[in-house]
Order: sequence, then structure tokens, then C-alpha cells
Amino acid sequence: MRTKALPISPGAAVHPRAAAPFSGDTRAVMMARAQHNRMFARKSAFLTLVGLLLASVCTFLLALRAGSLDAAWGDVFAVLGGQVDGTLGVVIRELRLPRAVAAFTSGGLLALSGALMQVLLRNPLADPYVLGISGGAAVGALSAILLGAATWLIDGAAFAGAALAMLVVFGLSRGDGSWTQTRLLLTGVIVAAGCGAVVVFMLVMATDTRIQSMLFWLTGDVSGASRPWPALAVLVAGLLATLPFARDLNVLARGELSARALGVRTKRLRLLVYLLASLLTATAVTLVGLVGFVGLIVPHLVRLATGNDQRILLPASALAGGAMLTLADTAARTLVAPIQLPVGVLTAMIGVPVFLFLLVRHPR
Amino acid sequence: MKTDATPLLEADNLAVQIGERWICCDLSMRLMPGERLVLIGPNGAGKTTLLHTLAGLREAQRGAVRLQGRPLADWPGRELAQCRGVQPQSQPDWFAATVMETALVGRHPHLGRWAWESGDDVRIAHEALICMGLDHMGERNILTLSGGERQRLAIASLLAQQPDLYLLDEPLSHLDLHYQVAVLAHFSALAQGGAGVVMVLHDLNLAARFADHVVLLDGGGKMVCGTADEVLQADVLSAAFGHPLRRHVIEGQVAFLLE
Repeated sequence: MRTKALPISPGAAVHPRAAAPFSGDTRAVMMARAQHNRMFARKSAFLTLVGLLLASVCTFLLALRAGSLDAAWGDVFAVLGGQVDGTLGVVIRELRLPRAVAAFTSGGLLALSGALMQVLLRNPLADPYVLGISGGAAVGALSAILLGAATWLIDGAAFAGAALAMLVVFGLSRGDGSWTQTRLLLTGVIVAAGCGAVVVFMLVMATDTRIQSMLFWLTGDVSGASRPWPALAVLVAGLLATLPFARDLNVLARGELSARALGVRTKRLRLLVYLLASLLTATAVTLVGLVGFVGLIVPHLVRLATGNDQRILLPASALAGGAMLTLADTAARTLVAPIQLPVGVLTAMIGVPVFLFLLVRHPR
Repeated sequence: MKTDATPLLEADNLAVQIGERWICCDLSMRLMPGERLVLIGPNGAGKTTLLHTLAGLREAQRGAVRLQGRPLADWPGRELAQCRGVQPQSQPDWFAATVMETALVGRHPHLGRWAWESGDDVRIAHEALICMGLDHMGERNILTLSGGERQRLAIASLLAQQPDLYLLDEPLSHLDLHYQVAVLAHFSALAQGGAGVVMVLHDLNLAARFADHVVLLDGGGKMVCGTADEVLQADVLSAAFGHPLRRHVIEGQVAFLLE
């Protein structure tokens, strides 16, 4: 690393209206303060990360304990230790554990994907669904439900629909080789709108018995997710895959041209981010349907807390998204028990006021 | 000008095209360490495109550009970014960040894949902020800066990159009179220290004062290239900009006045 000194000519650049030229001492103090501020910002960002990790563990344990069958913390730890006793043990291990994992995983997937999409499209309002992946998944899943297919077929159809939408948007927006984010965004929004129309058509054509499960799928529902472990593996692998490129993404967020001037291979990076974010979204919607707002709000909340450094933002978003959805799902099945609310309704009902409150408090 | 040393930047028979339109057809130039080249020309003449070609952000239709004797295409991206820095035309900010974080972006090519900015990097970025008079607002959010402050921050970010060759696209936009001169004086000082500077300017008087070489693009595919004294002549400029100009020498300084 080269650290040659810049020629600083005192008073040459400092504006006459600014404070009097600094003496050497003041300058050293300000330098020390700048370095201190930077280290402090990084330390507090790491602390936020640790705090989110703890919060994730706590919400996870809470999700295992809370429910119609009363459990003590001892029962929860006994099951986690591999000791399953009686009905309660079975309920915790066979029902609550996979459900909590599914909620955590899908929340983490959506928040991570949302954070990536916001950098890729350089638009803080982007979310995992903005490029039509959710639309494709909805058309696939609802077709399968309409035909009365088995659960695993619905999952397969959802994933196939998501992958198809991704390929269509990618192929069309690439077109002549130019790959601007405006074009990508526009193509995605149009494909999503088309899928939305097909979804409404299918809802109109559906019989009453099927409508309920279609609506649950469309608002997002964790109760049906019985095999969440592969999705959790996708989340962990996806997060690990982003970490080597996290600083490159910081540079990309400043603009494509600046990033290229700083030696970032933006074409390759954007393709990677697009494919990864799409895969994460497809995995999430296959697991739990269209849970809204997590992918948009969580990266924003995390950004308010830690700033926009992707090295912190991406893992923090994954943790915060997972914790938030686990908490929301626990509330969804206990608040008005025995009725189970679709978790997507709850995330919207919590997320929207929280988001608006923060937006008003932080005008920037 | 020494002729035995390797030129910092060298173009051979360079031809650049946007769509169907030729910007320049046969540009050959050499920039030695310590020299300043200014690109001038009317709007849409292709100054930015030529600057990007010289920076390696865009491929030329014909000809070659060499940086320190090595063709631009042979430079790995990160090494290239350590050697030449580009300040693009001002662009919007999409995300909030502090002034210090933005200046630190310039350190990117000097950091390994897993490295975090060290205290040394913060020192370099802070010195760059001092040069642009921004050191007292290191923790400010960039979305609250004025246009001129934002422009100075973009330059500070480039200074933190510490390249050997600086390519500046309209570095003076949004700057007040004081900072226009201060920025040009600072890059002249860097040139005296052995750096090379290529910049797009609109102010002919400042160009006359701070340029060693000038390339004038006239917007019609023609190009005049030479020392500042050769190119900055009233008849040449009047024809290129489509407005009559008169050249005066006042107290040893060249000044252009509109007719």
C-alpha cells in the first residue's frame, strides 16, 4: 500500500470565510478525532451485529416456547438437547422447530435479497419482488393449487415460475447488451404487472375451497413449510457468497462509472448480484409464499442503525429479517389463537407504521 | 520536456466514435509526468468520451492508449485504479453516507479483498478532506451537502486514491471562484510533484493559465492539439465555439474577451 503524503499547502484550499488556518496542533487533534470517529463507527456497527445475533437467538427460543401448549424454558432446551418427551416434546420438535426455522430463513432470505436489489438498482425503494420474481412464483404456485396438486408440487411450481420470470426479465432487459438498471427495473415491473393480472384471473376462476389456500399463499404463510433446512443452507451460502464482494458493492452504490474507475468489474458484479438476489427470493417465496415488507423495510431499518456499509449491512439485514419474521410468525399463531393469521398480514401491519415513524423522525 | 523518459500517458493515432459520429480521428499525444493537459470544446463535442477513452473506461475504435508504456487493455483493473484516478461528472447520490466514508471510497483499490480501512487510510482521506476544506464536516451526511461541497468531496475522494495520473471531468462545476482557482492550483502542485493531470475545462482563461497542453475538439470531428500557446488563439477558438473572441495579454496573463 502506498501512503505517500499529499502536499498540503495551508491556506491554499481553505476558504477565506472558513475559520483561521489551523495550526499544526489543531490539525493533529482533528486528525486523531477523525480516526477515532471512524473506529468508533466501526465498533458500534459490529456491536449492532452482535446485538442482532443475540436477538435472533432469543426470538428463536421464544418461537419454540410460545404456543397453545404451555412450555417452560427447560422443555425447550431439553428438546434442543435431543431429549424429546411426550406430546409437548413432539410438538416443539416436529411443529414449532421447523416452523421457526422456516420463518427465520425466509425473513433472512428476503431481507438479504432486498438489500442486494437496492444496491443493484441503486434505488432505496427496490425490494425482492420488484423484478417480477414473485409474480412468476405466484403464477406457478397458484396454477398448482388450482389443479389441486400436492404440497411439494406447489413448491416446485413456485420455484419454476420464479426461475422462468427471472430468465424472461434478464433476457429482455439485456436485449442489445446494454444493461442499465432503468431497463432492468422497467422490464421487471412490467413482467410483475403481467403476472399480477394472471393471478387475479386465476383467483376469479378458482372454486371457494381453493381460494383460502391461494390467498394464504399470496399473503405469505409459514405454517405449511415443513422442510426448511435446504432453504437455510441457501441463506448461509448466499450470505457467505456476498461477503468477498461487500466492499465492491459499497463502491457500486456510488455509481457504475465511479466503480469502474476504481477497478471494480461492474458487469460481472452486477450479474452475480442479480442472480444471487433472484435465487434468494425464489427460495424464500417457494418456502413461505409472498411475505411482504420484510425485504423492503429491514434493509432500511438496518441502514438507519449501521449506515450503508454492505460489509455490515448484508449480514445485519439477514439476521434482522430472520428475527423479525420469526417474531411476527410467533405473534401470528398466538395472538388470536386458535386462529392463525397469515404472517404476511402481520409483517405489513407492524412494518408499515414502524417504517413511517422512522421516516418522519429521520427526514433524510 | 524530457524525451528519454517513459511518458505517463501516450495516445497513438487514436480514433474515437460515438454511434456514427467521429469525435477525433487521429489523436497522437504524450503526457510526461509533471504536465497538465486540458480538453476544451463546445457542448457535445466529445470531451467526456475522449477522457473516458484515455482513462480506459471505454475502448477506442482505432489506435492505442498506453499508461506508463503499457497498453491500457493490459492493466488489471485494480492496478490500473492504483495508477490513474478518474473524477466523473457530478452524479446524484442514492444512499446516505458520511463525508469521511465517501472520501474513503478512494482507498478501495489500495485495499485487499478482506482488508478494512486502516488508521493510515483514514489519515490519507482526512488529508484529502483538508485539501478541499471539508475536514471539519467529516461526519456530515452527504445528502445534506451543497452542490459545491459535493463536488469538492468528489475531488477529495480522488485525492485519497493517490494515483499518478488524474483525469478530471469538469472539476470546477458548482465551485465558487475561490475553489476554482484553489483546485487548479492544487492539481498544478501535484503535477510539480511528478503527477500527470488531464482535465476537461470550460473556462478558457483558466485553461490558458493552468494548461501545458490543450486538445480542442470542435464538435465536427476536427481537432486541434498542441501546447497551450498554439491552440489557445483567438481565431481557432472563435471558429470552434461559434462566437467571436479576442485574445489579450494583460500583465503577462492571457485573457479572452467576448466580442
